[in-house]
Amino acid sequence: MVDAIAHFSNWATVILMVIGLYVVLARGNLIKKLVGLSIFQTSVYLHYIGPGKIVGGTAPIIAEGFTVYSNPLPHVLILTAIVVGVATLALGLALVVLIHEAYGTIEEDEVLGREDDS
Amino acid sequence: MLLVVTAVAIARVRNLFAVVVLGGIYSFLMALALLVLDAVDVSMTEASVGAGISTVLLLGALYLTRIDEATPQRSSTAPMVVAVVVGAALLYGTWDMPPFGDSGGPIHQHIAPRYLSSVMAETGVPNVVTAVLASYRGYDTLGETTVIFTAGIGVLLLLKGRRRKRDVGSAKS
Amino acid sequence: MMHRETIPRVVTKLLFPYILLFALYVQFHGELGPGGGFQAGVIVAAAIILYGIIFGLQAAHRIAPPRLVEIMISLGVLIYGVVGVFGLLFGGNYLDYFVLDPDPVNGQERGIFWVEAGVLVTVSSTMVAIYYAFAGRGR
Repeated sequence: MVDAIAHFSNWATVILMVIGLYVVLARGNLIKKLVGLSIFQTSVYLHYIGPGKIVGGTAPIIAEGFTVYSNPLPHVLILTAIVVGVATLALGLALVVLIHEAYGTIEEDEVLGREDDS
Repeated sequence: MLLVVTAVAIARVRNLFAVVVLGGIYSFLMALALLVLDAVDVSMTEASVGAGISTVLLLGALYLTRIDEATPQRSSTAPMVVAVVVGAALLYGTWDMPPFGDSGGPIHQHIAPRYLSSVMAETGVPNVVTAVLASYRGYDTLGETTVIFTAGIGVLLLLKGRRRKRDVGSAKS
Repeated sequence: MMHRETIPRVVTKLLFPYILLFALYVQFHGELGPGGGFQAGVIVAAAIILYGIIFGLQAAHRIAPPRLVEIMISLGVLIYGVVGVFGLLFGGNYLDYFVLDPDPVNGQERGIFWVEAGVLVTVSSTMVAIYYAFAGRGR
């Protein structure tokens, strides 16, 4: 039982990752795919930061009276990852806008269909 | 957990505007979860970036395209099977991971204690995350800033130069 | 017609300087508490985007002209790189901070300050520029 609680954070990560993966694969609308990709990315953030927390520790800012800190290394990596993620989202959305102007639709099936026609 | 509920809602809802709003809620919930996990810098960044900038960009893209998602034409069984299989494999992997909050895990052993103990003496900056980002791992942050720069240039190139495309397209067909 | 929009306009005008002030606080206090260049940059961009959403793109163009924003994107990365070059000039490796000042710890603080400033400039201007690109493409 204690094991189950101990792994809760990891399970949440896996569930979110799977949902994100499903949205990217199964939904044809391009914007929805991008949102699914965001869900996938945020699940990875959880995956890194969850194990970094130490029970009884505090945020990694050196202050009087605290001796146990949670691990700062994952925070650094994920900070970069978040900003890179939004950069990717911006570029992806710019491409979606261009696709819409070129093909008149943002559904993946219709775009592929019209690409074969033209 | 609320996060999972919100994510499932995003997957099922058709109205894209609702999807964007749900995405904002999802980002806020993620920021709360990160806060509980002691990741204060990350939480602040995720809240502002995920709930703020991402929502604005998605709304901008929606404004320029269309409001609703069409009903899916092909069946969703194949992706569902892929998702379930991947999920099962990942869950199987989580049994071996160190228990939550454990301080004996491998990621706490090597360089993190060294950063924590020497950051005041070497840099004088109490916020360890900032010190690591800007000083110990300054090269990586330089690369990240370049990535943001590249993304900005990319978007500008994509969206600012091509206003003639619509006229060209209609002239061809 | 103006009555419906009055509340957002007034609230935005009141909040705008405080948001910018908060962004500056997050930036400079990033060494002592959570924060730093990225967070502050995003908050600055959010303030300008909010202004643009409520008051229209032209008003936003007036307070943050697109040419200036585009220049700022490159400027931030340049600042970051130049700090590294200073490290070279003073005798250390690229991006070494401790040579910037007779007291090495103080040198670290200076270096960190400038690179975070560079990050702030690039992040805020990129977000605003992306918003301008999307909003300016309207039908």
